[in-house]
Amino acid sequence: MAIWLLARSRTIIQRLPKMMPCFGVLYHSSSSFHYSASPSSSFLMSHGPRRLTSGTTPFFFFFSRPESTKAHTQLEQLYTSEDDDDQAIDFPGGKVAYTCEMRFISESAEKRVPCYRVLDDNGELVSHSNHVQVSKEMGVKMYTNMVTLQIMDSVFYELQRQGRISFYVTSMGEEAVNIASAAALSAHDVILPQYREPGVLLWRGFTLEDFANQLMGNKADFGKGRQMPIHYGSNSLNYFTVSSPIATQLPQAAGVAYSLKMDAKNACAVTYFGDGSTSEGDFHAALNFAAVMEAPVIFFCRNNGWAISTPVQEQFRSDGIVVKGQGYGIRGIRVDGNDALAVYSAVHTAREMAITESRPILIEALTYRAGHHSTSDDSTKYRPIHEIEYWKMTRNPVNRFKKWVEKNGWWEDKDEVELRSSVKKQLLEAIRVAEKTEKPSVEEIFNDVYDQLPSNLEEQERLLRQAIHNHPEDYPSDVPSRRHFPPISVPEEYAEDIFSVSSNCSPSANGWRERDSY
Amino acid sequence: MTVREALNSALDEEMSADHKVFLMGEEVGEYQGAYKISKGLLEKYGPERVLDTPITEAGFTGIGVGAAYYGLRPVVEFMTFNFSMQVLSGQQSCFAIDHIINSAAKSNYMSAGQISVPIVFRGPNGAAAGVGAQHSQCYAAWYASCPGLKVLSPYSSEDARGLLKAAIRDPDPVVFLENELLYGESFPVSDEALDSSFCLPIGKAKIEREGKDVTITAFSKMVGYALKAAEILSKEGINAEVINLRSIRPLDRSTINASVRKTNRLVTVEEGFPQHGVGAEICTSVIEESFGYLDAPVERVAGADVPMPYAANLERLAVPQVEDIVRAAKRACYRSVPMAAAA
Repeated sequence: MAIWLLARSRTIIQRLPKMMPCFGVLYHSSSSFHYSASPSSSFLMSHGPRRLTSGTTPFFFFFSRPESTKAHTQLEQLYTSEDDDDQAIDFPGGKVAYTCEMRFISESAEKRVPCYRVLDDNGELVSHSNHVQVSKEMGVKMYTNMVTLQIMDSVFYELQRQGRISFYVTSMGEEAVNIASAAALSAHDVILPQYREPGVLLWRGFTLEDFANQLMGNKADFGKGRQMPIHYGSNSLNYFTVSSPIATQLPQAAGVAYSLKMDAKNACAVTYFGDGSTSEGDFHAALNFAAVMEAPVIFFCRNNGWAISTPVQEQFRSDGIVVKGQGYGIRGIRVDGNDALAVYSAVHTAREMAITESRPILIEALTYRAGHHSTSDDSTKYRPIHEIEYWKMTRNPVNRFKKWVEKNGWWEDKDEVELRSSVKKQLLEAIRVAEKTEKPSVEEIFNDVYDQLPSNLEEQERLLRQAIHNHPEDYPSDVPSRRHFPPISVPEEYAEDIFSVSSNCSPSANGWRERDSY
Repeated sequence: MTVREALNSALDEEMSADHKVFLMGEEVGEYQGAYKISKGLLEKYGPERVLDTPITEAGFTGIGVGAAYYGLRPVVEFMTFNFSMQVLSGQQSCFAIDHIINSAAKSNYMSAGQISVPIVFRGPNGAAAGVGAQHSQCYAAWYASCPGLKVLSPYSSEDARGLLKAAIRDPDPVVFLENELLYGESFPVSDEALDSSFCLPIGKAKIEREGKDVTITAFSKMVGYALKAAEILSKEGINAEVINLRSIRPLDRSTINASVRKTNRLVTVEEGFPQHGVGAEICTSVIEESFGYLDAPVERVAGADVPMPYAANLERLAVPQVEDIVRAAKRACYRSVPMAAAA
């Protein structure tokens, strides 16, 4: 099927003006989803709006430029029927054709949706591949970032094993997904990540020092040491703080996208998630809402084969994730997640469509979680080592991309040696400094719960300081303090209530007693 | 002015004052709101700012949170707060409350002040009439137990206007608990409260009725019951002070404690379940701050510790009635035999 599609698409491409990017929108004709007792095919095929293919083929390829259609025209076409009224039911939302055949829609297409790729495993361009051009500067930057991510993962992982940080998650095997998708976006696009996309942050300029500070939870951490390791975030880089509950970022991304649309910004929201997240209700709510609200959001699914220990075949019965988009009226593509050029091209094109047509796009990247789920996991307990090795070696996305940049004459062995040693050196220094940097001060326990510190938290802080003052031996010695508070003996907590207007009974008038102890 | 009109005018004024304010929820647009709170707003502000959404509370709660992350000020209407728990289907965990607790309430803290979430979740809360267990419960204690949220519950039209306007202007996420049975009730409203600049302070209770013998705390519909109870008590020579909490979190401990220090007796009233309830929290505050001033055990009037039954007779028994408050106040004032002794 894939071969057929390629051949088919090639002929269509040839008829199109030479314009990059040229991309395909793959529709399942409804006949491919129909189970029919009769050997004759398809009703919608003959009545359907698009007749690019013959009735016997289950898919057809439809090429369009990003600006060519609005999100709803597709739907309109789908609902518009040329039939006589007695051949169709006029239903809210549009006409639906009648058929005399009792035909249940098949649970799946005959062939799986093919996977778009540009580079083969040897880093060779697949002949006739259509993709977005990557310059030397961009190609080299993508490669160096992928390598930096690799080194970060191996060093930080070791750091956790040594007990110097509590937790870590690697992105091993998903370097292309991370870096190539980030490279295809603009800095104004808003990222709502899961937790296996630190490469996106790296690409946007988060430094090795920034990563180390977050992992150490020191006072230089943008999150003030509040979040567990790898829950990075940066307002200035348009990267939302990682949220642990799975898939909550999906409907939120639709909300962010809606804001961007209302403000007429030339940007989209991009949210990342794994295959496991698609079992969450949030995934389905998000897709449906984004489609209905015509929100410019890219749903990027890293289908890495495993939801912790649950393989995809135990997660869903559909052909992966990409087909789910159609159920919600969302355009989608399946892409080889270990092919950086394919990921780059797909995301680049998806972004254009999302913004110019104001619509959500679903991308399913087939990749593999080559590392354990997290440092709390040992994946060799539930999956064969040879499977891991195959993906680590044969299908390694970094090696594949390296071959391509080398073939272009953009990269040599000496560059490799230089890069690896300098990144490692810089990283170790960042860790050394981050470990020695002062921890957040006491008041940071209480700050930011609300926009302004309420009186009850002020009171708690005062009590905590008093306890630390009275029993220093019971408290860690590395807790600095910046905020100055008056001594505890004056019970002014009510008078200082930032929410209150004046209280009709002041403490002094009532002679409130001081509490003896807590 | 009815509470419904008060809420509608508050929404209207805030939407007109700040173009970043928008309303979303089921039936808020074309249908003008399941309870007509959003009447006329679609016509005035258009479908971009009055958004009808598909029926997925978790979806629009998440979308609202996302929109707030990125600078808008959404007002999310739940058709009822009972649906703020929403689960899509048995095996999937998709809760609107997850977005409220884990995202809205915590993002400002977790992002170290980088991501504030100026959002209002509003809708009817508490027991309605004849709609059974899944439509009749009070979420005040649930949401009020979570740091990062502010929880408001208006009683009168003035409360509704002043608190909703304050909630929309507030930089923090606010859960705004209305009461379906109060929507149609009329209250006198002062000229001051009709001004578009009117706003009530969050975290401040209102003494609805001054008294010296016993303090009765209540919120939402129960304020009306407490006031009725106070009328009855006054005929028997008991002068009750009724506190309308208005704000469940932050809780106005100072007003409550000052009152108890004056009356030396306390009755807490709420429709919600008794265990770990708002009354329990008030009781703790008074024990901590004003133990020495208490002349009687604290009396707690709350909903029965059972899911709400549908049958009208049983339903009435499951929620606090005016007589329950009267009896509790009398016990606190030693005008009747304490419950334990009677049993």
